[in-house]
Amino acid sequence: MPEALALTWRQYRLERRMFWRNPSAAFFNFALPLLFLAAGGAILHGNQQQLNLLVPAIGGMSVMSTTFTALSYNIVFLRERGVLKRIRGTPLPTSCYFGGVAANAVTNTTIQIGIVILAGRFVFGLSWPPDWVELFVFVAVGVVCLASLGVTFAHLIPNFESTAAYVNAIFLPVLFISFFAFDSKSAPGFVHNIAAALPLKPVMDGLSGAMVSGSGISSHLDALAVLGLWAAFGLVFAVRGFSWEQKRG
Amino acid sequence: MISSVSGAEVAIEVHDLRKVYGEHTALQGIDVSVRCGEVFALLGPNGAGKTTTVEILEGYRQRSSGEVLVLGHDPARRAASLRQRIGIVLQSSGIYSQITPREALRHWAGFYPHPRDAEEVLSLVGLTDKADVRTRKLSGGQRRRLDFALALIGDPELIFLDEPTTGFDPEARRTAWETIRSLQVLGKTILLTTHYLEEAQVLADRVAIVKEGRILAIGPPRDLGVGAAHYRVAYRDASGETVERQTDDPTRLLHELTGEALARGEQLQELSVARPSLEDVYLELTADA
Repeated sequence: MPEALALTWRQYRLERRMFWRNPSAAFFNFALPLLFLAAGGAILHGNQQQLNLLVPAIGGMSVMSTTFTALSYNIVFLRERGVLKRIRGTPLPTSCYFGGVAANAVTNTTIQIGIVILAGRFVFGLSWPPDWVELFVFVAVGVVCLASLGVTFAHLIPNFESTAAYVNAIFLPVLFISFFAFDSKSAPGFVHNIAAALPLKPVMDGLSGAMVSGSGISSHLDALAVLGLWAAFGLVFAVRGFSWEQKRG
Repeated sequence: MISSVSGAEVAIEVHDLRKVYGEHTALQGIDVSVRCGEVFALLGPNGAGKTTTVEILEGYRQRSSGEVLVLGHDPARRAASLRQRIGIVLQSSGIYSQITPREALRHWAGFYPHPRDAEEVLSLVGLTDKADVRTRKLSGGQRRRLDFALALIGDPELIFLDEPTTGFDPEARRTAWETIRSLQVLGKTILLTTHYLEEAQVLADRVAIVKEGRILAIGPPRDLGVGAAHYRVAYRDASGETVERQTDDPTRLLHELTGEALARGEQLQELSVARPSLEDVYLELTADA
C-alpha cells in the first residue's frame, strides 16, 4: 500500500507540473470563474440578495468545469495521442494512475473554490462560509460525481477534434438551466424539475447552504441524494467500457 | 511453466492462436516459440496480423482461442509482475507534450522495481542532447528514440518492437538497428514486427513470414529459402537471350544444361546459380495466388 501511495503521489506531481506548464489550461482554469464573478458582480452591483446567489452558483460551475470538462478533454486527448495506451503497457497500477489524475482535478477544484470564497468574502459582501462541513461534503460529492461523469462522457466522444462540441453540448445547457432554476423562483416548474435532477444545481444548492445561509446539510439531503445517484451511475460507467486506445476508423 | 526447447529457455510460446473480430478472422492459428536471448521477427505485409499477434502477447488484446505464454505468464491476465519484465515499443503512441525526455524517463523509471539509469538510457538511444527539450518540440525520429528509451528504462528481459523503423530514413534506420543489436548483445529477447525484408534479414535470428493471419514459413533468414523457393539458374544462350530457369534441384539442372551445351560445342555465357534469397521466398509466399 505505501508503494501504491508513492506511485499515486508521483503521478499527481507529474500532472501538476504539466498543468502549470500549459499556460492556456491554467489560465482558463482560474480566470474563468473570476471572469464570471467580475461580470456578474458588475451587473448585480449593490444587490446583495442576487450576489448571495451568484457566488455559490459560480462555485458550482467551478466544480463542474474543473472535473467534468477538464477530465473529458484530457482523457480524449491522451487516448487519441496514444499516451493512455503507452501507460497501459507499464506496470503502473490503473488505480495509481487515476488516483493521480483525480487528485490533480481535485486540486484545481479546491483552488477555484478557494478563489470563489475569497472573492465572496472580500469583494461581494459575503461572510466566511458559515458551514465548512457542508462545504466540504458538497464539494467532495460534487467532485466524485462530476469527475466520474466526465470520464464516462469521454467514452462517447469519438475524437479530439469534436471534444469541444460534445463537452459544450452538455456543459452549456446544464449550466444555463441550473443557473436559471437556481436564480429564479419564477422559473417554470418543469425547469426546476429538470435542474433538480441534473447534477449541477444540487451542488449549487449545497454550496449556497454552506456559503450563504448556513442552513445545514439536513436541509439539502435531497440534493445529496441526486448527486449520490449520479455518482453511482458515473463510477460504474467510468470503469465499464473505459477505452485505453482510440478506436480506428 | 517455462519449457525447454533444444536446451534454451523459452520466452514466448504460442500455440494455435486465433483472433476473430466479428466476421473477420485476423489470426487463423499462429504457432511460434521464441527462445530467450533470440531476436525474432514477424515479417509480413500490412494487415497480415503482425500487430494483432504482438498486441495479444503484450496484453492489449484478448485472444479468441489458443495458448499463449509470455515469460511463463498468460498475458491476458495483465499481471504487473509480467509487465515489470517487458518493454513495449508500440507502432504509434504518444507522450505527454509538456515534459522533457529526461523527466519522462525518470517518471517511467518509478514504475519498475530495478530501472536502468535515465542518463544511461538517454545516451544509449542518442537523446542526451535533447534531454531537456519539451517532447512536443522533438522531431519524429527523436520521438521514436524516446519510445525506445521508455521501453528500455525498466531494464526488461523481453522487448516488443512493433514496426520500430517505419518512416525512418536509411541512416536513422541503421542507427536504430545498432541500438537493437546492442540490446541483443545484452542478452535481451526481442520480438519485432516489420514489413522491411532487409530489417528482418539484418536483425533477426529467426523470421516468421506472416500472411492473412497464418505463418507461411519460419526459420533463420539464411535457411528460410531452402525448400520454400526455387534456385534460379540463368545464362545467356547462343542468340544472346538471357534464359532463367527455376529448379528445386540445381545439381541436376546444371548437369543437363552444361551437358547439352558441351554436346553442341557452345558455352553458357554468364552462367549463374542464385540461391533463393529471403526476398524471393517472401515474394513467392506472399504473392496472391
